[in-house]
Amino acid sequence: MNNLFSLKDKVIVVTGASSGIGRATAIMCSQLGGNIILLGRNEERLKETLNFLENTGHLYFSLDLNEDDDVDIFIEKLDKIDGIVHSAGIVQSQLFSFLKKNDLENMLNTNLIAPALLTKKIIKKKKINKNSSIVFISSISGPNVTYIGNASYSASKSAVCGLAKTMALELAGKGIRVNTILPAMIETDLINSIDSSSEDIEKDKKNYPLGDYGKPDDVAASACFLLSSASKWMTGTDLKLDGGLTLR
Amino acid sequence: MKSLQKFTELFAEQFDESEDVVFEPTTIFKDIDEWDSMIALSIIAMVDDEFDKTINGDIIKNANTIEELYNKVIE
Repeated sequence: MNNLFSLKDKVIVVTGASSGIGRATAIMCSQLGGNIILLGRNEERLKETLNFLENTGHLYFSLDLNEDDDVDIFIEKLDKIDGIVHSAGIVQSQLFSFLKKNDLENMLNTNLIAPALLTKKIIKKKKINKNSSIVFISSISGPNVTYIGNASYSASKSAVCGLAKTMALELAGKGIRVNTILPAMIETDLINSIDSSSEDIEKDKKNYPLGDYGKPDDVAASACFLLSSASKWMTGTDLKLDGGLTLR
Repeated sequence: MKSLQKFTELFAEQFDESEDVVFEPTTIFKDIDEWDSMIALSIIAMVDDEFDKTINGDIIKNANTIEELYNKVIE
């Protein structure tokens, strides 16, 4: 059974690898035998992640995925890969009536357009193997539910699901699978950017039938499953990961 | 306008698993094992990108060789 979930000798690109879900995913992929390419903006924190990885043969590139030149240089250096986990993303809370064009564009640029174009360029340059797996970290916010202030975030995450389904359909012929993970609240540093008191957060956790927010490792485990051959017949799926939140 | 040779290269780039196929202007492309509707769509998109020309499925359907298709593209 172990082999089914193994990522041995698979080269996996993880974006947003300097913290949170991306870091946890990179670490778990390395524990399952993968060779990880860490992408993120902050070189120091990427190096920290690198130190947490098991085994050797991992790489990191510090780059801004919104910068075409950075992405092009990275792809030139890249050898063939077997998987991508798109974990880079931003959160911003803004009431719809106060929505600013700039903020909406920033949200879509980082959460939708950058991962879409990175993947497109990797495929176009034929840097991805047959039977690869692409995983997008979306959210329940957008595809399933939403929250006050989440207009642009929810829009970006719903858009990612639409993108992923189309990619799944078009890339199936190449044996490339594309799936998304829809987490509810995960305890990462991003939580600090949400305008809630710690009291509000503790109260909110009671809304979860399983009793708590998710942990980065919970998302990482789902990502590893989607990268592994255990999910080889899954494509175009949105995998909900919410501690039961949306059951009520 | 790009040459027939360049068109043939761009045409070949749309294939992933046909390393053993030699792409030449006289190649009957529908006989290539990998040829399918996704590749046909990729060819249409490539012609739009590289030749700024919109071709439809009928043009591909009615062409047999890469050169015949090229001649339609540069018409």
